Amino acid sequence: MEHEHNTGRRIGGTFLSVENISLAFGGVKALTDISFDVREHEIRAIIGPNGAGKSSMLNCINGVYRPQQGTIRFDGQAFQQMDPHKAASMGIARTFQNIALFKGMSVLDNMMTGRSLKMHTNLFLQALYVGPNRREELEHRQKVEHIIDFLQIESVRKTPVGRLPYGVQKRVELGRALAAEPRLLLLDEPMAGMNIEEKQDMCRFILDVNDEFGTTIVLIEHDMGVVMDVSDRVVVLDYGKKIGDGTPAEVRANQAVIDAYLGVAH
Amino acid sequence: MQFFFEVLIGGLLAGVMYSLVALGFVLIYKASGVFNFAQGAMVFLAALTFVGLQEKFGLPLWGAFPLTLGVMVLLGIGIERVVLRPLVNQPQITLFMATIGLAFFLEGVAQLVWGTEVRRLDLGLQDEPIESVMERFNLLISKFDLVAALVAGLLVAVLAVFFNKTRIGRALRAVADDHQAALAVGIPLKQIWAIVWSVAGFVALVAGLLWGARNGVQFALTFVALKALPVLILGGFESVLGAIVGGLIIGASEKLAEVYLPSLMSDFLLKHYDISINLAGIEGWFAYMLALVFLLVRPEGLFGERHIDRV
Ligand SMILES: Nc1ncnc2c1ncn2[C@@H]1O[C@H](COP(=O)(O)OP(=O)(O)OP(=O)(O)O)[C@@H](O)[C@H]1O
Ligand SMILES: [Mg+2]
Repeated sequence: MEHEHNTGRRIGGTFLSVENISLAFGGVKALTDISFDVREHEIRAIIGPNGAGKSSMLNCINGVYRPQQGTIRFDGQAFQQMDPHKAASMGIARTFQNIALFKGMSVLDNMMTGRSLKMHTNLFLQALYVGPNRREELEHRQKVEHIIDFLQIESVRKTPVGRLPYGVQKRVELGRALAAEPRLLLLDEPMAGMNIEEKQDMCRFILDVNDEFGTTIVLIEHDMGVVMDVSDRVVVLDYGKKIGDGTPAEVRANQAVIDAYLGVAH
Repeated sequence: MQFFFEVLIGGLLAGVMYSLVALGFVLIYKASGVFNFAQGAMVFLAALTFVGLQEKFGLPLWGAFPLTLGVMVLLGIGIERVVLRPLVNQPQITLFMATIGLAFFLEGVAQLVWGTEVRRLDLGLQDEPIESVMERFNLLISKFDLVAALVAGLLVAVLAVFFNKTRIGRALRAVADDHQAALAVGIPLKQIWAIVWSVAGFVALVAGLLWGARNGVQFALTFVALKALPVLILGGFESVLGAIVGGLIIGASEKLAEVYLPSLMSDFLLKHYDISINLAGIEGWFAYMLALVFLLVRPEGLFGERHIDRV
């Protein structure tokens, strides 16, 4: 699982930056004054103990949550608050910690929804005529089949996702995000609940995506081994505050991080 | 036997009319995940607007129909703007309460604008036996019932294709399954909701016309929606096919029960237990009874999937 890809990829300038983000739910301060940046083509990990605010951070980036303070800068544009639809249309795709697939629909249909914003025939008109729409549908279908091959889930293409085992569902959710051909991919614990083999597969997919398509990835992960192997840089959150930021090696040597993980009293 | 088939066919045809109303519920439930308490009010509003426009401006059928449809589409868009949009990500029960409010609002507005008296609605369809069928098979089948069933059947077929074969349909099923995920992949939730409520308004209009022509356009039309409940319990809230099959079962069994059950039951009770009771009016509650029994046996409906919570 060694990350030998760095040589081939060229990490670019700042692509996404979050600046002084604060988010509270009533009395609970989920995030306090968080700032960090993500460079183009890099794999950036967010780690931290349970309840540290990792998912909240991701949710702010794609607009599911609206921070009370701070700015999100993506691709040269600044936002006080993101909106999920806006985020998607700017090329941000994501997966959720608790798998959020369309359970009643087949794997193929789930992944086709991922291409919603790539479809150009007007949603209203397309119900009326069949010609150009049909051709467009086929083109999208081909792209999706490609991703299905890549993720090795051909055998379950037509299965309703609700019936698939957990590990496969996680893979389908990644596939749906990839179907959007995102420029920024947000992954919330893509390997949670997987066995070693499944984790290795998922690691490989993530690295391949990053490598082949140059997709910038922000990744939340608990498994330290995985984080060290996969990521270029790591942000560490604890109780809604940023306590570390740097390369895996730097973070591992950081005393505050070690304390947070060992549960030393604050 | 002749008579049995007459009752059965009459029941099935009436059942299609139930399906039609149930379909309105299914549409909204699929997209917004909410039981739309206002569906009956929409049926009432549509029928009343239709006859109101006819009376006021002396419009023919084909003139009043598109106008009323326009009103229902605007209503759908309005509901999305005013009611649904502010309630995104709120618990389902909140949305449900909102539809209760909406029901009273629509009923009030409809009566305020068009008055409260009972109106006749004439679609030019007579409720009389079809002669050719009578001659050949010696069966009494109502012309009105048959045409109504055909219209309803056609509508259902169109909607089924719409849901399962088009992109809107796929987007709609996605929204129904998971709002957050739908938003994250860039499905325009607001547009989808406006479309669905407009389509539900269209279905309400067709139901309102057929039911209105049969029973008169009056406040009691809102109760037609109650008849859809047992259909939904049988068919499941999420299944278009379920709404159809459920409607047919309810329609047929209700008619058969109405005709045969009272005499069978009272004979039986009198003979074995020496009890004499009167079971007239059974059609009023039979459907609900059936639904209740069904609920105990198969709570997810005929076509629903059984949910087991992940623990
Ligand atoms: N929608 C919400 N409403 C209220 N509180 C919330 C909400 N989402 C998150 N929180 C709170 O914010 C804090 C941070 O939660 P978050 O889910 O971001 O943590 P996390 O780092 O992702 O944890 P985990 O590793 O368990 O996923 C927690 O105290 C949590 O209870
Ligand atoms: Mg989390």
